[in-house]
Amino acid sequence: MAKRPGQKEKTPRQAMPEQPADVRKHNFEEVPTGYTIELAQAEASRCLQCKKPSCVAGCPVSVDIPGFISLITMGDFTGAIRNLWSKNALPAVCGRVCPQEIQCEGRCILARKGEAVAVGNLERFAADYERAYGSGALPPKAPATGKRVAVVGSGPSGLTVAGDLIAKGHEVTILEAFHKPGGVLVYGIPEFRLPKEIVAQEVNFLERQGVNLECNQVVGRTMTLDELFEQNFDAVYLGVGAGLPRFMNIPGENLIGILSANEYLTRANLMKAYKYPEVDTPIPIGKSVCVLGAGNVAMDAARTAMRLGADNVRIVYRRSEDEMPARKAEIHHAREEGIEFHLLTNPINYIGDEIGRLTGMECLKMELGEPDESGRRRPVPIEGSAFLIACDLVIVAVGSGANPLLTQSTPDLTLNQWGYISADPETGKTTKRGVWAGGDIVTGAATVILAMGAGRKAADSIHDYLTWGW
Amino acid sequence: MFKIVRREEMAQGTVILNEIEAPLIAKKANPGQFVILKAHEDGERIPLTMADTDPEKGTITIIYMVVGKSTAHFRDLAVGDAYQDVIGPLGKATHIENVGKVVCVGGGTGVAVLHPITRAMKAAGNDVTCIIGARTKELLILEEQMKSASHDLRICTDDGSYGRKGFVTEALKEVLDDETVNQVVAIGPVPMMKFVSKLTKEYKVPTMVSLNPIMVDGTGMCGGCRVTVGNKTRFACVDGPEFDGHLVDYDELMLRLQAYGKEEKECYEEYCTLRDA
Repeated sequence: MAKRPGQKEKTPRQAMPEQPADVRKHNFEEVPTGYTIELAQAEASRCLQCKKPSCVAGCPVSVDIPGFISLITMGDFTGAIRNLWSKNALPAVCGRVCPQEIQCEGRCILARKGEAVAVGNLERFAADYERAYGSGALPPKAPATGKRVAVVGSGPSGLTVAGDLIAKGHEVTILEAFHKPGGVLVYGIPEFRLPKEIVAQEVNFLERQGVNLECNQVVGRTMTLDELFEQNFDAVYLGVGAGLPRFMNIPGENLIGILSANEYLTRANLMKAYKYPEVDTPIPIGKSVCVLGAGNVAMDAARTAMRLGADNVRIVYRRSEDEMPARKAEIHHAREEGIEFHLLTNPINYIGDEIGRLTGMECLKMELGEPDESGRRRPVPIEGSAFLIACDLVIVAVGSGANPLLTQSTPDLTLNQWGYISADPETGKTTKRGVWAGGDIVTGAATVILAMGAGRKAADSIHDYLTWGW
Repeated sequence: MFKIVRREEMAQGTVILNEIEAPLIAKKANPGQFVILKAHEDGERIPLTMADTDPEKGTITIIYMVVGKSTAHFRDLAVGDAYQDVIGPLGKATHIENVGKVVCVGGGTGVAVLHPITRAMKAAGNDVTCIIGARTKELLILEEQMKSASHDLRICTDDGSYGRKGFVTEALKEVLDDETVNQVVAIGPVPMMKFVSKLTKEYKVPTMVSLNPIMVDGTGMCGGCRVTVGNKTRFACVDGPEFDGHLVDYDELMLRLQAYGKEEKECYEEYCTLRDA
C-alpha cells in the first residue's frame, strides 16, 4: 500500500537480541542478551501512552508501565528505574521471568492489531542499565518505627515484603533455610534464564537499604515460629515456597537416574554442579534424557540437560500441545535448542539394570477425552499402545506440593486440605495473630510475579498492623 | 562461619572429630538429628548425624570418616578454621522412652551417632547393653564413651585383634538368646543394619536404624534421599533419618548410595594428588 505523505513509518516490535540456538545449547550464559539503548528507545517509542492503560491492570504489582516507558523514550533511565522501584522491588528479575504475554503485554492495545509493546524487555533494560551505569543511590526511606519484622524465606515474595517494609521504616530480618538467598530464583531458575549475579545484586540492594539477612536458618527446625515472637519480632511473614516434589508413583521410581526437577535444578543452579568438577557437587549426566511434564520447570530442566551434553532430550507430556503450561517463549526456546516433544505420552513403568540404574521407561500413548475438573480435556490411555523409550536420566517435573516442615511445627496455623497455609487473599493474614503468608505456600506452585503480588499486599497489611494493630 | 574449636583424629587418622561453634543448633538439637555442612563456597552439602551437643558451650560435635573429596576437605580444616555453612538440626529426633532392656549396636562411624542415643536410653532408665564393632582394633572408636553410656559394653573385631572375633550380629544373637530384649538400635554400615534387622526380625524385637542416604537440602525439598520403607517411599531427611529396621529396603539403599560412586572416586583421587603435590 502506498504511503500517504507525512504518515509516520510504523516501528515494528524490536526483537530481543539473543545467542543463536546452536551456540547457546552448549553454554550456561544468558540466552537473550538485552536491548541496546537504541533498541530500547525505538521500542519505547511504540507505546501509545494510553490514558487508561490496561497493561497496568494486567500487572500483579501495578507497575506504572506507560510512565517508566515514557522516561526511557526521553532518555531518563534513572527516572525509569526509580519509577519501577516504586512498585516493583525486583525489576531485573521480572523483566526476565514474568509471563508478560498473559499479563501486561497480553492487555496492550497494540496486541489487538499487531504486536504488543515489549514491556518485559524494557523493564529489563531499565534495570540492567541501572546496574551497569547507575549511581547506586538508594530509594527514600521513612523514619524508623522501631518495629521488627521477620521474613521467612528469601524468594520473590519474601524479598518484596522486605523491600516494602524497610522503605516504610521497619526493621526487617530475612531468614533463609539455604546457604544462599533468593529461593527459587537461585535454586530453580537456571543461569541461562536468570543470571545468579542479578539475584545477588537485588539482594545486596536490600541489604544496603538495611535489611538484615540470615542464611542457614530453617524455621521449624533451627527455631520455631513462636520463638521468633520470643525474639521480639512484632510480625512474621511466611514465604517459604511450595517445596515438596511430586513423583509419579510408578514402579521403579527409586532407580538411580530418576530425579525430581527440584533436585536436578538445585544441583545445577544453587550448587553450580554444571561446573563440576570445578565445584564439588556432582550432577548426573544423561545421554538420553526424558523430562516428565511441560511447565516452565520442565523446560528449564530439559534445556539444562541439553547444555550438560545430552545426545537427546525429550519432553514427555500426557496432554497435547495446547495444554502445555509453560510460557510460549520457553517452549519456543526449547524447540530451537533441539528438545523433542513427545506429547500424549504417559510413563507407566521404569526399567533398570542389575546395579539399579535406569535404562528405559515404558509409556502409553494417550488421547484426549472429556474435559476434567481443571477444564482441560482429560488424557485417556489408548489400549495396547505401550512402548519403550530407552533413557538413562529421567527428570520428574510434574509439580510440587506443600512442604510440611514449618507448618507441622506450628499447630495453630490453619492449613487447607492440601496442606497449604490458609491466608486472606487480600491481606495475606493467616489465622495466627501477627503472622502473614504468601506465595506458593498459600497458592500452590505459581509464578514469581504472583508471589511478589502476594508479598506486596501482605507488606501493606503488615504496615497497617504495625501502625494501627491487628 | 562456624568455627572449629576442637579436632581429634581417630582410627589411624581415617576418622575425624570436629567440635564446632553453632549455638542455635546446639540449643535445639536432640539425639538422632543431623546437620548439613559445607566447607567453602564451592563445597558440597554433606549431611552428618551429630555425635554430641553442648548447649551451654554452644557447640556441636561431628565424627566422620574420610571417604571422598568433601570429607577430605573437612579433614584439612584445623582448629580455628571454620565451616562456611552448618544447617540444622534436621530430621526427627530419636524416640527415647523407658522400654526395659535396650541393645545398642554400632559399627564403624555409626558408633559416633549411636553414642548420644545410648546415653539418652540409659538416662531414661533402660538397662542398656552396647555392642560395637570394627574391622580391626585400631579402627574402633569411642570405646571409653560407650562404656560409660551403657551398663554393659561388648566389643567385636572382624579379625579378632580386640574383643571377640566376629561380627556384631553374632554378639547380638547371644544377648537375644540369653535375655528378653525390648528394643534394638542399630547404626552403622548398611550391610550391618541389614543383617542386624534380619536377626531381630526372627526374634520379633523392634529395631530402629538410622539411615544416611545422599541428600541435597535436608528439608524435604529435593527427594534425593528417597528410601523404601514398608513398600512406601519416604524421605530420610524429614521422615527419618530413623526408621523401623524391619521395613527398610536395604538393597535399594546400598545401590542408591552408589549413584555418584564413579564421580566421588575420581574427584577424591584428583584432590589427593593436588594436595600431595
